[in-house]
Amino acid sequence: MKKNIFYLIILLFFTFIFTIFYIGLDKPNFYTPKEIKNKSLEEFTSTELFSNEQFSSNDIIENNKFTLINIWSSWCVPCRLEHAALMDLSEKTDLNIVGLNYKDKKNNAIKFLNELGNPFSKILTDPDGIVSISLGAYGVPETFLLNNKSKIIRKYIGPLTKENILEIIKIIK
Amino acid sequence: MIKLIKFILLILFLILSFQKLLIANNNSLLVDKISKNLRCLICQGQSVYDSQSDFALSIKTLIKNKLQEGKSEKQIYDYLKNQYGEWIVYDPEFDKKNLLLWTFPLILFIFGGLLIYRKVFIN
Repeated sequence: MKKNIFYLIILLFFTFIFTIFYIGLDKPNFYTPKEIKNKSLEEFTSTELFSNEQFSSNDIIENNKFTLINIWSSWCVPCRLEHAALMDLSEKTDLNIVGLNYKDKKNNAIKFLNELGNPFSKILTDPDGIVSISLGAYGVPETFLLNNKSKIIRKYIGPLTKENILEIIKIIK
Repeated sequence: MIKLIKFILLILFLILSFQKLLIANNNSLLVDKISKNLRCLICQGQSVYDSQSDFALSIKTLIKNKLQEGKSEKQIYDYLKNQYGEWIVYDPEFDKKNLLLWTFPLILFIFGGLLIYRKVFIN
């Protein structure tokens, strides 16, 4: 009897371990970042692409407007793909779209904008990627939606999809 | 006399520049140490130290800047944890959520010990 209980405990123990590993098999083995919500914008300063003026994180928020910060670069192929969506957003809504030019050359960035249009009200530069880290970004493209109290309410990793655009329009209405 | 002053100034200059070099060297060792403890979030199975991705390079620059600002190692880890979550550090903190993770090896060890004890001494 005692022996049976002992074997039963061992069996249960291994079933438990097996179940944990079995569930683990289904989980993706790459890191999926947690969605951050209502995080305040960290303070940073950056130079504007065209005017070379210094801007702080507080300067990019316009009164009573939602702000969209889009991290982009001329060498980033997905940025090229999502650019039309940003142009659309800038034409159809009064969203304040701020660009953050990530590890790019000025000439290439300007060429990119001349070719595809400029949806941004301001373009800040991030030559060494530090500003992106203060936003909590992983790379390009990445987009952050901020409310008028400079809280990040949405974060989109990778190029903006149609669903993302619809969601943004719904939020800012 | 002037020669002596010149000589002293030269010695002082050498000491100061050597010290500066030493601090810079110390900082770069510390950058290496901190970046070895950080996970590169966009590369699989690599630390920030190992990776040459844009993300890792930026983090390394950030660590260097923060050290120059006089931030401590812990402050840098805390800053990055605040930005990217606990996942960025290789050494997770002991808390309620990972209690099982930390105690499980110990439980296994005791359980195994008991098994051996039973086999050898009781049977």
